Amino acid sequence: MSTINIRKVSRFGTLHVAEARIRNMAKWAGIIFFAAVINPTLYLVSIGIGVGSLIDANKGVDGVSYLTFLAPALLASAAIQGSSDEVIFPTMAGFKWERTFFGMRSTPITARQISLGLFIAAMVRTSVSVVIYWIALYYFGALESSTAWLAMPAALFAGAAMAAVMLALAGKIEKEDFFFTIVGRFIMIPMFLFSGTFYPLSQMPIFLQFFGWLSPLWHATEIGRYLTYDYPVSGPALFMHFFVLSAMIFIGLTASFRIFAARLEK
Amino acid sequence: MSSTAVELSERRLGQFGDKYFAGRPQQVLLRNWISFKSSAWIAVVSGFLEPVLYLLSFGYGVGALVGNISTTTGQVSYAAFIAPGLLASSAMNGALLDSTWNVFFKLNESRLYNAMLATSLGPLDVALGEIAWALMRGGAYATAFTIIMSALGLITTWWGILAIPAAIIVAFGFASFGMAITSYMKSHHQMNFFYIFLLPMFLFSGAFYPLTVFPGWGQAIIKALPLRQGIELVTRAMAGEFSVHLLVNVTYFLVMICVGLFFTTKRLNALFMK
Amino acid sequence: MTKSLIHARGLTKTYGDFVAVDGIDFDVAKGESFGFLGPNGAGKSTTMRIIGATSVRTSGTLTILGKDPEVNGPQIRAHLGVVPQQDNLDVELTVSENIFIYGRYFGLSSSFINKKIPELLEFAQLEEKKDTKVQALSGGMKRRLTIARSLVSEPDILMLDEPTTGLDPQARHILWDRLFRLKEQGVTLLITTHYMDEAEQLCDRLIVMDKGKIMAENSPAQLIKDYSTKEVLEVRFGSDKNHEMVEILRPLAERIEVLPDRILLYAEDGEHLLEQIAAKGIHPNTSLVRRSSLEDVFLRLTGRSLVE
Repeated sequence: MSTINIRKVSRFGTLHVAEARIRNMAKWAGIIFFAAVINPTLYLVSIGIGVGSLIDANKGVDGVSYLTFLAPALLASAAIQGSSDEVIFPTMAGFKWERTFFGMRSTPITARQISLGLFIAAMVRTSVSVVIYWIALYYFGALESSTAWLAMPAALFAGAAMAAVMLALAGKIEKEDFFFTIVGRFIMIPMFLFSGTFYPLSQMPIFLQFFGWLSPLWHATEIGRYLTYDYPVSGPALFMHFFVLSAMIFIGLTASFRIFAARLEK
Repeated sequence: MSSTAVELSERRLGQFGDKYFAGRPQQVLLRNWISFKSSAWIAVVSGFLEPVLYLLSFGYGVGALVGNISTTTGQVSYAAFIAPGLLASSAMNGALLDSTWNVFFKLNESRLYNAMLATSLGPLDVALGEIAWALMRGGAYATAFTIIMSALGLITTWWGILAIPAAIIVAFGFASFGMAITSYMKSHHQMNFFYIFLLPMFLFSGAFYPLTVFPGWGQAIIKALPLRQGIELVTRAMAGEFSVHLLVNVTYFLVMICVGLFFTTKRLNALFMK
Repeated sequence: MTKSLIHARGLTKTYGDFVAVDGIDFDVAKGESFGFLGPNGAGKSTTMRIIGATSVRTSGTLTILGKDPEVNGPQIRAHLGVVPQQDNLDVELTVSENIFIYGRYFGLSSSFINKKIPELLEFAQLEEKKDTKVQALSGGMKRRLTIARSLVSEPDILMLDEPTTGLDPQARHILWDRLFRLKEQGVTLLITTHYMDEAEQLCDRLIVMDKGKIMAENSPAQLIKDYSTKEVLEVRFGSDKNHEMVEILRPLAERIEVLPDRILLYAEDGEHLLEQIAAKGIHPNTSLVRRSSLEDVFLRLTGRSLVE
């Protein structure tokens, strides 16, 4: 008589994977919490107040304090960074360093549940970071409107889009040699610097603006600014931002299901 | 007829530090060169991109919002203001990457230094070779960055060329200091802990805005940190400002270099001669 | 004046209160294949590191080719080829680059090394892999490359620390064959192992170590003769019954050892002993007669198994 209820496992497999990941993260809770509090504080003080004092003394931006301008972008950027890390490292560990996915695969859990479980766990962690970050922003006086709390789901949305794409990408990588270097230097840093994070995207030459359009950070920042102060975004533009982020989630997850299945169920 | 390994090692008997130094740090450099040629170039070359992207994004994007900055030498554009700081920061980052993570990997994971020290090489050969490699990388980054600064019209006098030697001194200081610290590290966690200090140092060393936005006590702390010293060193050298201040900056780094080298050799010797 | 290549008297190494090597004496002659047999933690690797001039002894005397490793470390290392327990190949480089750069660490000229590389690749049976990154090699190939690499400086003494641990049986036999060829060429081999079959295959003479001390020293055959009987009968009665059978069987054998899963009965003629047992109406679940090995020697000397 089997003590494992196969139906139950197959229905809740995703949650079991997510639970395993979250339990693993709990071991690093101190460090994760520390990073979630310290990083934003450092950027807010250094760039927001330091550079902000120069900008506000000059002509300002969008008619609000630089800190207010920067806040939604930094929030979305932190969500993207956190969620990417939280899918890339477990994926590399699961397929290669520790081969835990192959262990999971010998239970009734499917490849699709593994990838979705990872994604959900990453979103849980990102939610925690985003809330902490948002509270920091609030106490720095960076949030002005009554809808400012909506910047949290907007940031989370960007984190989800990036995590879905990174999940597929990391699943594809069989030799990690320079994967981290390439992701860091050719994706994360350029995105951080050229997504209208520190100044409006429209200030860049038009050919560089194109990169902004591809960046989940820019779309989330536009939504976030719309929600946190009187930043004008037209209805169609707002729809487009939502559409691009949703499309990234859909395409990223679909691709990751296929990639995980190809590697685990061949 | 070539000399044998034994003949070669006996030639050094009675010479300077014959127990710790075989006089062959260039072979460690050669090893890094072979590795670089075959694959590591992606990591090395892309490392140069980072400060350039910061310069373009902040210098021109944020610069348009900031306008000009007034310094002791008059009004300068924001891009010209941040360029020396970015150069010093990238010299630091490049030197530290080579001398910390790469050294940690070779020390504890691939155990490459064990292999090197099982031959007739000595610990000082290894330390000098690795630091020289970090310097060559730092020097190459600094040269490329200086060319870009000059192409963007951010260098107005011939003193600008001094950016390169200044950045190499900064890289040397961080490389030998970083390697000394790494040789005492036992786990990835300790390494991460070390890196936690780097981000605030980078953000608060005044690469992006004048230190005067901070209160006096804050400025004093920042000025004691090596990155601030490096930024001042590069800025002063590029401005041709040969004062006592510059001498202080240079001395700061000379001390870092000597202390770093001393502890690295001492620790490597202890690790491999236990 | 001794003619030995390696000469140790009262060699001792302590780490704080822990005595890793406890006053051992041994001599190794030129061209000999000399083994250190013992379980993990017996002090074999520490002894190897002291000989390899990468660890400083606490007391005692040691000369290698007449030199003291404390004074002439680099000069002694120039005579040695070192194959450590864990491979430390340069994972970022290819197979032939690994040999090349290792030779350069000794200061050897490029032309000398380049002439040597094809010969070493052939020896290690890695000609087809010469441009492959080390990461992609199997465990056995990595081991062979580590040995080939250590030969680039034409060492007088090759030191192998647990050369076949972690390899599959086929890879082990290939490796043993290669080491045998080196022995035939007159290279002095120093081998540590906790496998008795390896020690029997490769060593002319060996010392059995336990807890930093030498328990016995001789050729493998002589050690077996001195410390064991010709044959061993292994019997199993099932884990519950093994213990009660011991007292009944004890008078029949020359010596008896009880392991968790079986009983070892030492006798000159194992089959005959088995018949005697059957005559008493005792029928073990399984029985096996085999020749004595170094494992039995170790068991006799220490009361413990080599591999636990």
